[in-house]
Amino acid sequence: MTLVIDTGTTNLASMMAALRRLDLEPEPVTQADGIADATRVVLPGVGAFGAGMRRLDERGFSDPLRARIAAGRPLLAVCLGLQLLCETSTESPGVTGLGVLPVPVERFATAAIVPQLGWNHVAPSPECTLLRDGYAYFANSYRLTRAPAGWHAAFTTHGERFVAAVERGPILATQFHPELSGAWGHDLLAAWGAAT
Amino acid sequence: MLTTRILPCLDVDAGRVVKGVKFQGLRDAGDPVERAVAYEAQGADELVILDVSATPEGRGNATDTVARVRADLRIPLTVGGGVRTDADAEALLKAGADKVAVNTAAVLDPSFLSRMAARYGSQCTVLSLDAAAREDGEGWELVIKSGRERTGQDAVAWAKEAAALGAGEIVLTSWDRDGTRSGYDLALLAAVGQAVAIPVVASGGAAHAQHLVEAARAGASALLVASILHDGDTTVGALKDALAEAGLEVRR
Repeated sequence: MTLVIDTGTTNLASMMAALRRLDLEPEPVTQADGIADATRVVLPGVGAFGAGMRRLDERGFSDPLRARIAAGRPLLAVCLGLQLLCETSTESPGVTGLGVLPVPVERFATAAIVPQLGWNHVAPSPECTLLRDGYAYFANSYRLTRAPAGWHAAFTTHGERFVAAVERGPILATQFHPELSGAWGHDLLAAWGAAT
Repeated sequence: MLTTRILPCLDVDAGRVVKGVKFQGLRDAGDPVERAVAYEAQGADELVILDVSATPEGRGNATDTVARVRADLRIPLTVGGGVRTDADAEALLKAGADKVAVNTAAVLDPSFLSRMAARYGSQCTVLSLDAAAREDGEGWELVIKSGRERTGQDAVAWAKEAAALGAGEIVLTSWDRDGTRSGYDLALLAAVGQAVAIPVVASGGAAHAQHLVEAARAGASALLVASILHDGDTTVGALKDALAEAGLEVRR
């Protein structure tokens, strides 16, 4: 079973469909019970950093998520989900993120077209075990520019180089949407599922 | 850098793909799920479903069609056509659309776009903009209600306003070129592309690969194609080959 965190603002249909195609048995959850220990957890997310973090805090998701990551249990965080793992975002000044990735999130500084909306090339560093070279579907205005120590990263260029994804064991956090990234995204989700 | 996207568009009525031939009604063109999966396999970057139902019963089938396509489709799905209310948009998103395209309803009430962007984000708020050249040749005016009404309102100014309100993408259809197979309206594309900093999808008029190349060079981020694919004249893969040969980056 895969618990998919539903904070009420995110459209879960595509993620649910992708996980179902892989028989990963997705179950949307609005309460934090079981989040720390579940076999697999997905933290999807679209919308603003501040609103997303407030909902995680209000519904008690934040501490179990931190515990789960500290214990190295399988997690997939997508788009805003990746950003919520960080400490701060210029999108919502003054709001503290989960702080698992001690790097800031900032708006694209030099890109001509924002949001980045479309397919872009993902180049993983050689140490990555889940991430492969290929094209992924992105929809974002904010990004990380570096990966913290202890995490393997893949990079993409949109005006400037930014972090497309990070992985550490069975924890995978992507700026792109693997659930919308065609056969390549399907294979990445399958690799994550197999690693869990 | 971002690749140039190719977006097959399915016109759907009462759960079936239909092909409109201007003033000649609609012909059945297959099952939407089969079409969607086939285009994904050909290399389509996203899929667009346009609900062209003429009746409330047909309209009721649209969310069902979206849900069926979503179950099998692994690329982004934009749904438009007949989106009148916030509840319409929400129902389509819940059914599995990743983006909702709003046309007439946004012209009549521009705050529709800002409400959608605030609630779901700009990345799923798409403005569908139909434009036609003014009769005096000076620029383009907005056309609404499926071409039945010319508004007199400036199309480029509306594109700018919509982007400021939170639209994350514009599907720009030339009402003069749609269905004519005479190529996209490049001047219109360039004018809108220069006015906004969000992606513009060219729509209306494509007959062959060279038309797609021209539109990408005129500033389109993505190219909507329909009849030339449905008729089997070409494939998404062949169109991507032509874009790549012209030096444009495409996803393979």
